[in-house]
Amino acid sequence: MTELLHVILSCATAFGVVYAATPLLARFLESRGMTVPDGHKRKKIMVAMPGGPALIAGVIASELVLYMFAPSVMILSVLITTVAAFAIGLADDRRSMSGWFKPVALAAAAVPILLLGAYDTDLAFPIFGDVHIPVLYVGLVIFMIIITGNTANSIDVLNGVLSGFMGIAGLVLAVCLVIVNNYEVAAAALPLAAVSFAYYKYHRLQSRIFPGDSGALTLGAMYGALAIVGGVEVIAAVIILPAILNSFLFLSSTRRIVEFRKTPVPVVMTDEEDVRLRSTNDRLAPVTLVRLILAAGPLSESQVARRIFCLGLFSGALGIITAAMTGANP
Amino acid sequence: MKIYLFLAAMWGLIIMGGGIAVLVLGPISVSGLGEYDRVAGSALQAAAALLLVVLWIFILARVKNYVFRSDVRWDKT
Repeated sequence: MTELLHVILSCATAFGVVYAATPLLARFLESRGMTVPDGHKRKKIMVAMPGGPALIAGVIASELVLYMFAPSVMILSVLITTVAAFAIGLADDRRSMSGWFKPVALAAAAVPILLLGAYDTDLAFPIFGDVHIPVLYVGLVIFMIIITGNTANSIDVLNGVLSGFMGIAGLVLAVCLVIVNNYEVAAAALPLAAVSFAYYKYHRLQSRIFPGDSGALTLGAMYGALAIVGGVEVIAAVIILPAILNSFLFLSSTRRIVEFRKTPVPVVMTDEEDVRLRSTNDRLAPVTLVRLILAAGPLSESQVARRIFCLGLFSGALGIITAAMTGANP
Repeated sequence: MKIYLFLAAMWGLIIMGGGIAVLVLGPISVSGLGEYDRVAGSALQAAAALLLVVLWIFILARVKNYVFRSDVRWDKT
């Protein structure tokens, strides 16, 4: 019962801090002229960026609450990795780096998990059981943070999509951790959902603030770190399959690691009065999840976002099935 | 609908890939090299894992081309 109160307090802290800090941060950024144009609007609408500092404040506050009541190396490693990823994102927000910067820097962000030893060297698969890969697992830890950080960044395409999608993913991940009997990491995963949903209020259409790379990498790296310390790497990958699909489509069409903003736009606006989005005819533009969704015909921005959330719920259901198939840890 | 189908295919490939990983990677061990047994075993595991990932991506790319061939056209050169 006491532990449950700690979890509730942690989630309330996460939600409250982000809910209160985000509008203040948006006003501050606007007053400093730190705004960018919203790309999918006919009128020029300037939106504050980055919102990462509000998200990281919520993550730090909530995880510290948990750590205060139950000190754990797992919580500590998740926190340090997330803060490192935030710093990398913030550097990229301030000065756009090359396409290779983030993967290489995110590899360094994974190091605290290794140094603190907050991982198990067995990789759990559904049905077939565990495979013991002591040395190979070190590479997997680094790979996981790079993948989750960048896939979260790649899904930040329309108003509200990143925060809504990561909110769903964080919640489902917590449920899966409960299914495999890892309550400690489940408690640490809930603040990810809480900060995402609190941020969604300001990020959804019409956005008041964009998360930027600092926000996207914060959420993505935290998700990856939770998956590693919770020993649910495969389940976590299943939950974010739509985001992985997006990255896979992008990389298989561009065939190189390049910043999304440096490629031809895959989605364009219609000429209608009520602007909708449609897939471009430019054969050089990368294939993305949004472009595939729009292949059937033009949709409004909010309709596309809803379809991505539905895909997130579908992959979340697959994640829960995978967790049930994997079974509880003894 | 096709995207849901493709996600389900990705999921199936992950489950099958997991099975292969457990059956292939798990039993790999090297003996007879003394203190280098562990390193050699891990290197073999890494090579096998890399091969499995490449195979997974290859199959996924084929499935993707099949499922989405009529939806989006892009320059593959």
